[in-house]
Amino acid sequence: MATSFTRMMSGRNTAVVLASIGAGTLASGYLLSDSAAAAERKRAYPPSADFPDLRKHNNCMASALTPTIYAHLRDKTTPNNWTLDQCIQTGVDNPGHPFIKTVGMVAGDEESYEVFAELFDPVIKDRHNGYDPRTMKHPTDLDASKITSGMFDERYVLSSRVRTGRSIRGLSLPPACTRSERREVERVVVTALSGLKGDLAGRYYSLGEMSEREQQQLIDEHFLFDKPVSPLLTAAGMARDWPDARGIWHNNEKNFLIWINEEDHTRIISMEKGGNMKRVFERFCRGLKQVEQLIQERGWEFMWNERLGYILTCPSNLGTGLRAGVHIRLPFLSRDPRFKKILENLRLQKRGTGGVDTAATGDTFDISNLDRLGKSEVELVQLVVDGVNYLTECEKRLERGQDIKIPSPVPQFRK
Amino acid sequence: GTKKLNYKVEEEYPDLTKHNNHMAKVLTKELYGKLRDKQTPSGFTVDDVIQTGVDNPGHPFIMTVGCVAGDEESYEVFKDLFDPVISDRHGGYKPSDKHKTDLNFENLKGGDDLDPNYVLSSRVRTGRSIKGLTLPPHTSRGERRLIERLSVEALTSLDGEFKGKYYPLKSMTDAEQEQLINDHFLFDKPVSPLLTCAGMARDWPDARGIWHNDNKTFLVWVNEEDHLRVISMQQGGNMREVFRRFCVGLQRIEEIFKKHNHGFMWNEHLGYILTCPSNLGTGLRGGVHVKLPKLSTHPKFEEILTRLRLQKRGTGGVDTASVGGVFDISNADRLGSSEVEQVQLVVDGVKLMIEMEKKLEKGEAIDSMIPAQK
Repeated sequence: MATSFTRMMSGRNTAVVLASIGAGTLASGYLLSDSAAAAERKRAYPPSADFPDLRKHNNCMASALTPTIYAHLRDKTTPNNWTLDQCIQTGVDNPGHPFIKTVGMVAGDEESYEVFAELFDPVIKDRHNGYDPRTMKHPTDLDASKITSGMFDERYVLSSRVRTGRSIRGLSLPPACTRSERREVERVVVTALSGLKGDLAGRYYSLGEMSEREQQQLIDEHFLFDKPVSPLLTAAGMARDWPDARGIWHNNEKNFLIWINEEDHTRIISMEKGGNMKRVFERFCRGLKQVEQLIQERGWEFMWNERLGYILTCPSNLGTGLRAGVHIRLPFLSRDPRFKKILENLRLQKRGTGGVDTAATGDTFDISNLDRLGKSEVELVQLVVDGVNYLTECEKRLERGQDIKIPSPVPQFRK
Repeated sequence: GTKKLNYKVEEEYPDLTKHNNHMAKVLTKELYGKLRDKQTPSGFTVDDVIQTGVDNPGHPFIMTVGCVAGDEESYEVFKDLFDPVISDRHGGYKPSDKHKTDLNFENLKGGDDLDPNYVLSSRVRTGRSIKGLTLPPHTSRGERRLIERLSVEALTSLDGEFKGKYYPLKSMTDAEQEQLINDHFLFDKPVSPLLTCAGMARDWPDARGIWHNDNKTFLVWVNEEDHLRVISMQQGGNMREVFRRFCVGLQRIEEIFKKHNHGFMWNEHLGYILTCPSNLGTGLRGGVHVKLPKLSTHPKFEEILTRLRLQKRGTGGVDTASVGGVFDISNADRLGSSEVEQVQLVVDGVKLMIEMEKKLEKGEAIDSMIPAQK
């Protein structure tokens, strides 16, 4: 009976130790700059006492995290004092998603991917089909002119869209950022965007300050993002201080849109009705490059390295962070039992037209690339272009009563 | 981390212009500036304290507190924020005031004769925190598991009317879960953003559980919103018996913890220290489910409750509406009066309200019965 209590006594708690220094210390607390306190508190418990119970979990973090790795990493912090426990909290709190194997961890800053590499690397490998950050390099290519056959049959393809994310180097990511850092992200990005001209000129709508009318307009255009409700995101702390420093920017033509401080510092979206994916991607690359130049003029840059490509909050979005897709009608093909395998071999995924976690309505699907890391932006968009063209061909053939073939699998990234 | 100190106060200060909670009313930029470079010995900061209040601008029906403690020391280190919040929430309670603790059930007068035709059930609950450990917004998994271990060791050593069993949330069988739901004992992962934004649902259901005695009249929740929530209840109107069992059980549990140099968090200014400032003092909510279909529609119902220092809730608990004229009536105060005093108010007040209900049933007026402010 005594054991729990005596163990508690001998692993002495900080408060009692520090109380012996003097009541005055306790009353005025500790200065934030003194990190000894938190370290002391951690050492009162061995890592095994804190190791999460992941027996009922099914996510990439739970598959990779061993007691040994946890013990190595638990007491480390990034320069922003971000810890492993904070990285994995979302995966501990969300044991599994019914349809997809979630990642189960996030980065709090750029350094997280280094400091906690022992856990991030196997998770990245698991999520990105064997990409090994220790040995491989990620290619970046934003030259849209390389895309061929990028104009789809508009009897089938209703709309085309490319999105990615970018993080501002030197500022913490959404799970970890303070209000001042988040406001700094907003300032840096909005200032840069105000420098865009021509077809990219536009304006910013702060979430907290927009009028009712503006809000309704943005909802009707399907531009408005809302406070995250998914526990995957809220458990990672991304909804803190909502809607402070969150907003939406879009150009006057309404085909280039940027979300600020939602799940990443920025999400950049290029889209339009119809099947001109080449033009969508061209505007995407042009807009991205101009924004990058504008922030560089003021001494900022995007988080990027050749090991992981563009650094984003969720490991699933590393590399290009790019999802290029279409809304496409495939009434015949979607009923064909080979549909799933065809998509798989083309390295495409289907979603409902409401986005991730939605079911398809009718015969219209959201079809996009599965991969993010290990292939460049141009490669991935070309893959989507070739894939969608193939799907359209299949649909036409089935319409005519002709047979279709399952294509051979697209080769994996160069190892 | 410390990087945030590179930013000026106004850059970090939250936008509370649309907020309506106790924290938002008190936290000026100047006060925030004074507190933001401090932390408690366990590393809890003012931003941690206020996060739930920043994320939840206001509740439609009640004025929420908007701040929580991460450990006992929070109430000291962030005194300049907590004191005015406490004063606002607890009827002007001053930093120099002393709180009286009285768990001597024999000091309660009456309470065993509430009319069972009206009173369906009686219940008293409170919370307790184990000294030396951090609170639910801040605990690590290791600490939370220790709280569970200590609590379970103490509870399983109880005997007599308190002999019972512990059901850990993460390993209960379907049958056990079904039974606990039917008994209305089971608590679920918090969904209220007031709690989730304060970090209280982290690592769910690790180290959470329910203990109850074989008689199903004494129940303890482990690691929900506080280290321990202790509940005594039974059908009918014998509040006296419910309170007796409450006091005796609590004191038995406390004895066991004290024997191992682990008392409960308590001091003579704030009484029992709990996560939410609204539960300081006694942390006690004593109440009944009572049928008041006529009185509850009387225009003076709210005023009567206020004068009796009571509050009403629906029978689903806080944030629910009443069903079929049945209300949950309990004490409104927690800090500045003792357990006995608070339960006395419930006993006397409910008795009076039942008299009023009976009068209204007969078509008679109740104006002469309306009490002065207690």
